[in-house]
Amino acid sequence: MYRYDEFDHQLVAERVAQFRHQVKRRLDGQLTEDQFKPLRLMNGLYLQLHAYMLRVNVPYGVLSAHQLRKLAHIARRYDRDYGHFTTRQNIQYNWISLEDTADILAELAEVEMNAMQSSGNCVRNITADPLAGRARDEIEDPRPWCELIRQYSILNPEFSYLPRKFKIAVTGAPKDRAAVAVHDIGLRMHHDAHGKPGFEVIVGGGQGRTPVIGKTIRDWIEPEEILAYIEAILRVYNLYGRRDNLYKARIKILVNALGLDAFRELVETEYEAMRGQALAVPAAEQERIAAYFQPPAWESGSDLDAELDTLRAADQDFARWFDSNVSAHKAPGYAIVTLSLKATGQEPGDLSADRMDAVADLADRYSLGELRVTHRQNLVFTDVKQSQLQALHRELQALQLATPNIGLLTDMIACPGLDYCALANARSIPVAQDISRHFAAADKLLEIGELSINISGCMNACGHHHVANIGILGVNKKGKEFFQITLGGAADESAALGDRLGPGLPQNELPGAIETLVDKYLELRTSESESFLETYRRVGMTPFKTAVYGDDAARRVA
Amino acid sequence: MALIKNHELTPDTYTRIAGDAELPDQGGVLVDLQRWQDDWQSLGRRGSPVGVWLTSDQHPEIIADDLDQIDLVALEFPSFRDGRAYSYARLLRDRYGFSGELRAVGDVLPDQLLYMHRVGFDAFELAGQDPLSDYQTALEEFDVFYQPAADARATALRLRHARG
Ligand code: SF4
Repeated sequence: MYRYDEFDHQLVAERVAQFRHQVKRRLDGQLTEDQFKPLRLMNGLYLQLHAYMLRVNVPYGVLSAHQLRKLAHIARRYDRDYGHFTTRQNIQYNWISLEDTADILAELAEVEMNAMQSSGNCVRNITADPLAGRARDEIEDPRPWCELIRQYSILNPEFSYLPRKFKIAVTGAPKDRAAVAVHDIGLRMHHDAHGKPGFEVIVGGGQGRTPVIGKTIRDWIEPEEILAYIEAILRVYNLYGRRDNLYKARIKILVNALGLDAFRELVETEYEAMRGQALAVPAAEQERIAAYFQPPAWESGSDLDAELDTLRAADQDFARWFDSNVSAHKAPGYAIVTLSLKATGQEPGDLSADRMDAVADLADRYSLGELRVTHRQNLVFTDVKQSQLQALHRELQALQLATPNIGLLTDMIACPGLDYCALANARSIPVAQDISRHFAAADKLLEIGELSINISGCMNACGHHHVANIGILGVNKKGKEFFQITLGGAADESAALGDRLGPGLPQNELPGAIETLVDKYLELRTSESESFLETYRRVGMTPFKTAVYGDDAARRVA
Repeated sequence: MALIKNHELTPDTYTRIAGDAELPDQGGVLVDLQRWQDDWQSLGRRGSPVGVWLTSDQHPEIIADDLDQIDLVALEFPSFRDGRAYSYARLLRDRYGFSGELRAVGDVLPDQLLYMHRVGFDAFELAGQDPLSDYQTALEEFDVFYQPAADARATALRLRHARG
């Protein structure tokens, strides 16, 4: 992974000192709350319902065991013994006091972490495929480019007061695990005919009140020009994005208002004026950064297919876990293991300080000290020897981190909802907990197969409900909580927004309705390999609507 | 309100002219865009410096062809949250080659001064009890810069590779 050199260290130290000074001026009354707010936001500090929340960047989801121990220490010393991993591969602490913040940032700096621009109207943490550099299907490792973009975006003098927040995601694999189509800029790496890498640039995707699937603005950009192209997009957005209405300020609204072609023309004009100049990334810098991401010294070996088959036959728990939580590694003899933070009834994404420490120890022993945070709020061990999978499985079981549900129905994303969030219409965590208890049987989950359920407590869509196979949105009707279901959304390379199933349901009817949908799918699928999403795309809404609301109701709402 | 220019407290030699108000007999004047467009010829004939004040929805491209007759461009921040003028400044310096005074006016606060300086501003209208000290503190807060901008500061990238 990337390591800070003296420049990175100095910049972060200067940033901490600056923020300490800003907090002092705020406490002295030299800064008004209005003036202080964007400054604290750009240091990751939000004011929530009950306390300050601090959001710490995990750059493109890459974390070392050493850093995780520091995160555990911060949870213990400054918060209430836990942290929450987010859909942007970050970690947040929910009970922080303003006076402690500069000290926390200084502690983070010791392990080369920071909270810069994890909030505010600026370029946020760059996110990436959590399996980057390891997945067997990968074309190109996106992490060196993420690091370049990270540095480019940090304290960028021109783009720190954008109309609204700005999110960039990068993937280097055909299977999109970074949801690039629902970001302000999504970058997808490809190879040309000679095997040279380049970027496809997708722009204007997003969720929230106006969900949009991003559009490809350019099929191909040379990697060394990627910063210039990003700057061109940011400049057009900074100049022309709306600033009069918070809900119309994201770049997707600008792209839609101008139309993709007119928007592209503006960007290309800017880009033409800048290409090959100061922002072109010199080969020496590309090499310097790429050197940090060289593969570790994997032991040479071969895949243990036969041995693993024997183990799976002998141990049903292991078999289930292997089938859902273990994925293919580039290096023969190794595997990628996802730790589920979605045990039955748990709050999705939460991890206690003690378990963070335990996970850090396991990462050292089983995964060369490195792990990842996924945008579905789980953790990944990147380099597990296949011969150690069974031992690791036992240790994870003891920590309740081995729930065999990755990519399955109970691997849900849920926003904080009414329990924490001032904007919420409805609860979302308890809804997730209900569903997770209803579908606790592991065999049933595996039978259903790949299926995403995401839950948002209001139309701001922090729970990503638009891009879930089954989305759940909390609404408030006459003072009562109801939940609207959408079907057919996807966040991967086939990204799509869900369609509304019908009128909202009360919370107690939700698990039953989901079961009805799932049973309908099991009845309709042509084979076990046809996923829920594929079946939905083949048969459409009607059979599902009828199943939930009955014939008459389905006709009425159709 | 104090004016800091080229790192020093400086008396303002420009008189701000509201709309089509009368011009003084001599001395620099700072006019709005409309006045510039209406009167640029007579303003030029006065033989004194001319400044043009642009609000945040006036793209400096409008005056890009006039810049050799303009000594000062003042870019207004109606609120410190409105970041358009950062891009205007970059364009004025890098694209249109403006080398005159580029002044930040409006809601100009210490915490944004370094960014403003980096994108090409060299003059700032600042409130506060000790604007010069605020200014100096703000500009000294960082020594490391990741991205190239319109200033002369060396980027981390350049320094990294310069030391070999
Ligand atoms: S979706 Fe709504 S309720 Fe949920 S966290 Fe976002 S703003 Fe809050």
